[in-house]
Amino acid sequence: MSARRVAGGSAIDRSREIAFTFDRRPFRGYAGDTLASALLAQDELLIARSFKLHRPRGVFGAGYDDAVMVDRLAPRPAANQLATVTAIEDGAAYRSVSTFPDASRDLGALAQFFAPLLPAGFYYKTFMRPNWRLFEPFVRAAAGLGSVPQEAWRPVCESRFGDCELLIAGAGPAGLAAALTAAQAGAETILVDDGDEPGGRLSIDCADATGWVNGLSQAFTSLPNLKILRRSTVWALHEHNLLAVLERAPRDGAGLDFRNWKIRARQVLVATGAHERGLLFADNDRPGIMLASAARSHLMRHGVLCGERILVCTNNDSAYGAAVTLAAAGADVAIVDTRSAPAQSCLDAAKDSGVDVLPGSRIVAARGRRRVSGADIMLADGRSRRIACDLIAVSGGWNPAYHLASQSRRATSVWNDEISSFVARCETDAPLRVAGAAAGVFAASDCAADGAEAARSALLALGRTVDPAPPPELADAFVAQSVAPSWPQPGKVRGKTFVDLSGDVTTADLALALREGYDSIELVKRYTTAGMGVDQGKTGNVNVIGVVAAMAGKSVDAVGVTTFRPPYAPVEFGAIAGQRRGARLYPWRHTPLTRWHLANGAVMYEAGLRWQRPGYYSKPGENWEAAAQREARAVREAVGVYDGAPLGKLLIKGPDAAALLDLVYVGDFGKLRPGRGKYGVMMSDDGLVLDDGVTFRLNDREWLLHASTGAADRVYAHLEQVLQIHRPHWRVSVIPVTSQWANVAICGPRAREALACLDPDFDISRDALPFMGMAEGRLGDIPVRVFRVSWTGEASFELNTPARHAEELWRRVMTAGAPFGIAPVGSEANHILRVEAGYISIGHEVDGTADVYDLGLGAIVSRNKTDFIGKRAMEIRRRTDPVRPELVGFLPDDPQRKIPEGAPIVPIGGTDQEGFVSACVASVALGRVVALGLLRDGRARRGQTVHAHVRGETIALRVVDPVFHDADRQRVKS
Amino acid sequence: MLLIPCPDCGVRPENEFQCLGEAVTSRPEPATLDDAQWAGYIHERANRRGQHVERWWHFACCGMIFALSRDTLTHAVSANAQDAWR
Repeated sequence: MSARRVAGGSAIDRSREIAFTFDRRPFRGYAGDTLASALLAQDELLIARSFKLHRPRGVFGAGYDDAVMVDRLAPRPAANQLATVTAIEDGAAYRSVSTFPDASRDLGALAQFFAPLLPAGFYYKTFMRPNWRLFEPFVRAAAGLGSVPQEAWRPVCESRFGDCELLIAGAGPAGLAAALTAAQAGAETILVDDGDEPGGRLSIDCADATGWVNGLSQAFTSLPNLKILRRSTVWALHEHNLLAVLERAPRDGAGLDFRNWKIRARQVLVATGAHERGLLFADNDRPGIMLASAARSHLMRHGVLCGERILVCTNNDSAYGAAVTLAAAGADVAIVDTRSAPAQSCLDAAKDSGVDVLPGSRIVAARGRRRVSGADIMLADGRSRRIACDLIAVSGGWNPAYHLASQSRRATSVWNDEISSFVARCETDAPLRVAGAAAGVFAASDCAADGAEAARSALLALGRTVDPAPPPELADAFVAQSVAPSWPQPGKVRGKTFVDLSGDVTTADLALALREGYDSIELVKRYTTAGMGVDQGKTGNVNVIGVVAAMAGKSVDAVGVTTFRPPYAPVEFGAIAGQRRGARLYPWRHTPLTRWHLANGAVMYEAGLRWQRPGYYSKPGENWEAAAQREARAVREAVGVYDGAPLGKLLIKGPDAAALLDLVYVGDFGKLRPGRGKYGVMMSDDGLVLDDGVTFRLNDREWLLHASTGAADRVYAHLEQVLQIHRPHWRVSVIPVTSQWANVAICGPRAREALACLDPDFDISRDALPFMGMAEGRLGDIPVRVFRVSWTGEASFELNTPARHAEELWRRVMTAGAPFGIAPVGSEANHILRVEAGYISIGHEVDGTADVYDLGLGAIVSRNKTDFIGKRAMEIRRRTDPVRPELVGFLPDDPQRKIPEGAPIVPIGGTDQEGFVSACVASVALGRVVALGLLRDGRARRGQTVHAHVRGETIALRVVDPVFHDADRQRVKS
Repeated sequence: MLLIPCPDCGVRPENEFQCLGEAVTSRPEPATLDDAQWAGYIHERANRRGQHVERWWHFACCGMIFALSRDTLTHAVSANAQDAWR
């Protein structure tokens, strides 16, 4: 035994034992233990395999500075849980990530023998031939990514909004003093901390601060303007101080796993502390090598002494505190200090605790494979010495955790020689500040003073004048000042020296990246993946930058830092989503007829913009194709009815309405008589089609514009922009009325007969209500507006009625149409009918590259207007490149061969695509497959044969006119 | 998510708005420009680093389209760009 449970442990409750399994073996721990501390307490050091090389790994940190992930099999199965923050639970089962059969005996460790084949960027190189896809499954399975369980846990999550004057991230000494300052001043304050109890590292590093922390906690309970979020992490700081905060297991939410807050703070104080970083030496990743701060944390919080013979290796003062604490708990401790003359206070403290110090010496290599057995030390006089030990506690200095300030993009990273790390310099007018260890101030009482002063300054910016809370009187502690970093030059060394444990990145990988020309730190990061693992470089990044600087012969400042990005700590996707899943994220739009459709066998489709519309009405024994054919045939031969309610409707009113329509449409609208409609095509000013549809002039001053279902919002936005930006003086308003009106569309050769049975109080004869005409009146007692348009290639009557009458009107239509064989029609049949008729559809033929001539609609372009939106750009384009893609019809040589929509048309033997199939249906009118598409110079090529290519197959198509039914439109106009 | 000051409604969160991009001048008379100038009006945008005058549409609320000046580095916004684009 080396690591063991000893007395103490502020976080654990020894009266509550907890049993769990790890890699199928039983373990015990106490309530309050993390998985990492419980395993350490039972001397289980090797608990993970590294990401790439499957090297043995153990616990390195004590929180979000660690990278050991496990899969939790039960309860609540979930992948990739961080061992140092996962609280153990009774009966839980955990498993190491990507190991076989387990972490201890992992066969994947064979990867280490292939390490020369797996340098940085290996997937760009080693597995290129014959094809990366061949290797990808194996590489992915081997990589330390965990596996999502079959029955994955779905955490119960909610979202909440908040706002405050000052948000303080972190409740260490700086955050606590700031919170007291702000709350006593009456400011609405939120204090966010990831611990169960406030204090940060005070409970670990400063035993004499307990009274101060307890006193503050007591004082806070009487301050109603201070809200404290425990077990919560500010994981992102977005623009304008929008903070994302993840609250774990909120006490006020029974059964709630996560609550994700979005908090808007007028001022933010980043008091998030600092992370200790490691040292660089050969095999510095072995189980039993740990940050000195982590060894101290596991001891003070969980009562776990991680070794009996502990070698503390440091280049700064802070590790002396850890060494003294570990020695006091009963370990045999020695210190290897790279500095030849450590401060006398350090040496005295060590001596008092019986700790030997080797000044001017440094660790060269760790001994032991599956766990540390000793260390090779280079002494001050140049001699080597091997020291036996079972724990190497390392301290390479501390990195201020100013991630949130950096995420704001309003702070720059500046190198600080005193602490040998980067600190943030915030813009003077930025609404955020950094204080305490996050700002490079390490002594606890200094942190408190700094935090209180930062709060005072933030409140002053909000117009509140306050005095900063006085800092507590605390004994001097050992902090990471006067750091002597040493970053090795590349050279022949035994073993591997890791700079990033979670990404398995070594100094050799950094050297390779530089050798291959990736000289910017951002490129080094992406090529080697250093800093891209689960800990996001919290402990490793500064070492990466230091090594790159040493290798490139630059200063650390000149190399600079990579960008910090959210999330600061891992966040469950489910927590971000909260309750917003499916239709709660993006609700469906239903017409007033949905209930009828569903009761009558409709299979619903999305018709665009989340509108639900019947795709087809299924009858027993029918598949979708048979149903669509039956419905389409009813329209061609008798009468059908479809729900046209989702069709976009915009009411345009005002004296300048006609001028607006003339500006946005390619055709002439101004002279249209009231009661008449006209088909129009709208383009954007880049000369490409935006939408098409029929607009009716209801009376002198009012027009009703119909837009495609899926384009209705776009058209509305377009009209608003034209009016507000380009023609602000025009007197015209655009009112979306899509949902106000239901639309019951009767179509087919017997549609007029069916309509006559509905008791119209207006004349529906061909002369009184011709194609593109309209009528207003009643069908029995139901008010309607009837529009004569057609999207089917048959005579159609679109019955518009206020939404509340829709279902009654529809029922009456079904009854009246029954003698004629009326069928309700879904969008599959609509698609067949419109393709046969050669009508274009937004999103099929209109793909954002076609103009009005390309679509064969040149006849509707005004000859009179000098300008309309899109005219100029279209003319320039047609003049400079007259050979255009044009709408044509296609008939496959094999009349039953359907072609997937979107299939490219490429000449045989050629490589350049010359068109595509935009729509393809089994025509009921022709009894064969017909298609539409766009083809380069297509109209001139009618009669020729072209070829569509579908998954290696070549399909011959004859180019024809794009109208397969009622070419002279006599049926439509009947 | 930005906070956008709507001249009608006051400061509101960005998801009530749609950004319409850089506030170029109002649509010129086509006849007054040659082909290259017209292409410039349609396609060329300054994409500035720093102060950037852009249009926002308060579609989910009052429906007003207005211009504001936003610093693309700091996101600092000021609503006093009303006259810059009409």
